[in-house]
Amino acid sequence: MDLLLNHFWEFTITGLAFGAVYALIALGYTLVYGVLRLINFAHSEVFMWGSFASVWVLTALGASKASGVGVVGFLVIGFAAAMVTSALVALGLEFVAYRPLRKRNSPPLIALISAIGASFVLSEAMGLRDKPFKWFGLDTDLASYVGRPREASPLPLNIDTVRLFRVFDYRVSNIDLIVLGSAIVMMVILDQFVKRSRLGRGIRAVAQDPEAAALMGVNRDRVIRLTFVIGGAMAGAAAMMYLLKIGVTRYNAGFLLGVKAFTAAVLGGIGNLRGALLGGFVLGVAESYGSAIFGSNWKDVVAFTLLVIILLFRPTGLLGESLGKARA
Amino acid sequence: MLLEVDDLCVNYGRIEAIRNISFTVGEGEVVTLIGANGAGKTTTMKTVSGLRPVRQGSIRFEGQDITTVPAHERPVLGIAQSPEGRGCFVGMTVLENLDMGAYARPDRKSPKIGEDRDRVFGLFPRLAERRTQVAGTMSGGEQQMLAIGRALMANPKLLLLDEPSMGLAPKLIQQIFDIITEINQQGTTVLLVEQNAAQALKRAHRAYILETGEIVREGSGEELANDPAVKAAYLGGDL
Repeated sequence: MDLLLNHFWEFTITGLAFGAVYALIALGYTLVYGVLRLINFAHSEVFMWGSFASVWVLTALGASKASGVGVVGFLVIGFAAAMVTSALVALGLEFVAYRPLRKRNSPPLIALISAIGASFVLSEAMGLRDKPFKWFGLDTDLASYVGRPREASPLPLNIDTVRLFRVFDYRVSNIDLIVLGSAIVMMVILDQFVKRSRLGRGIRAVAQDPEAAALMGVNRDRVIRLTFVIGGAMAGAAAMMYLLKIGVTRYNAGFLLGVKAFTAAVLGGIGNLRGALLGGFVLGVAESYGSAIFGSNWKDVVAFTLLVIILLFRPTGLLGESLGKARA
Repeated sequence: MLLEVDDLCVNYGRIEAIRNISFTVGEGEVVTLIGANGAGKTTTMKTVSGLRPVRQGSIRFEGQDITTVPAHERPVLGIAQSPEGRGCFVGMTVLENLDMGAYARPDRKSPKIGEDRDRVFGLFPRLAERRTQVAGTMSGGEQQMLAIGRALMANPKLLLLDEPSMGLAPKLIQQIFDIITEINQQGTTVLLVEQNAAQALKRAHRAYILETGEIVREGSGEELANDPAVKAAYLGGDL
């Protein structure tokens, strides 16, 4: 308890930074659930592929030698690579794992099994990436990308931690600022897009009443693709933030993050965008306080106990279900 | 003919919802389909708007075969529907719902949209008062007005109205039917599905009677309203 009280702002800001990562991934779960009533369990792997894209692109560009302003440029490239890749993986996932089932009017459970299967495929494809290269003898040339596929791959970017300013007793670092700042910018853009733009309104219409939306001329398939692309891009941004905080990624890095982000989505009220954001931050902060009070081994126990308690009192989550009904 | 439905059959799984239905709607007409619950009225409407796949038969609109055109492309052709149970977007405001009505219009950015919105507000002054209210918090009658207004925002050639009087107070029913007549006089063709046969027959140029998925009678509204058999079955003798 003393640890938390003495370093309250440090734990709060660290919690918020991880919460931002959970929140951005949670958006993908909640968007897809909103329009399809489907839990896209493979979303965690969309995140993981984004993290590798950013590691590889930055390795290929020799980002590890950069310093000063160059680092900022590589940071932007890292975000872009992860977001584009994750969006494409999400789009491909929809095309291969979900659309054929939807066209045949399969029951929701079948799509769920397909999601779990796709999750394993995407994760193991990354964990076994050296194999196809070995068949063609390319693994030695590409050793820095495909070698040791089951080990951690570090982000090849050297960012010196700079303490920028104080929040009470905690000196906020440049990394905290990048993570929280870019997360908030992304969240505001998405929120406004869904609320105000024509396509955003189409997403809400399909979420609220798919038949009525079709009568208005909304192409449901296009809206579904759009939600996968947006959710994927957000997961990609989260992947880059995760790399900045943790420094490395692995083929199975998506699993625990996926579970937590899904938890965040449920905590806030699945199908509700602002709920996903709130749920992410609440979960991140709860975890951080939990690790301060009980030790870091207990942080997941604390976070998930909190989830159960909140859902006992508010079964539809903090802000309630549904993408459209909450007006955002 | 604006709409020609020919020998249409639609199934729900193995159950035949409508069988060999043929009817037409001419430009400028109000045509009504009446019948009891389960007669196939709503299925017919959903098939015309494209929400239900056709097993057999064809639908032609302005001479063009639209039998397999997906639902979301039909508003662009000029077909708009106010669905059974209203189907308002309950989390959106009145204005947002109306904007959804114009979602597919190629001229959605032109000032014409504002004129059409004013036309809707002219027909339903109540909606103008509540323009920033969330649809889910409005009464059933107001939501019905919104559903009709939203369909009008598509500037349709053919307006499909599925049970617009359902669940409304008698005074409001009268008002809704007056507005339907007014919409028709402004130049929009209307296909109306109703259980309130008395009102529907009074307003319609022509009418078809559906029973268990088949058309059993057709004629002008006046003709059917005065037909003893129709009176006994649908009008309860008290017109």
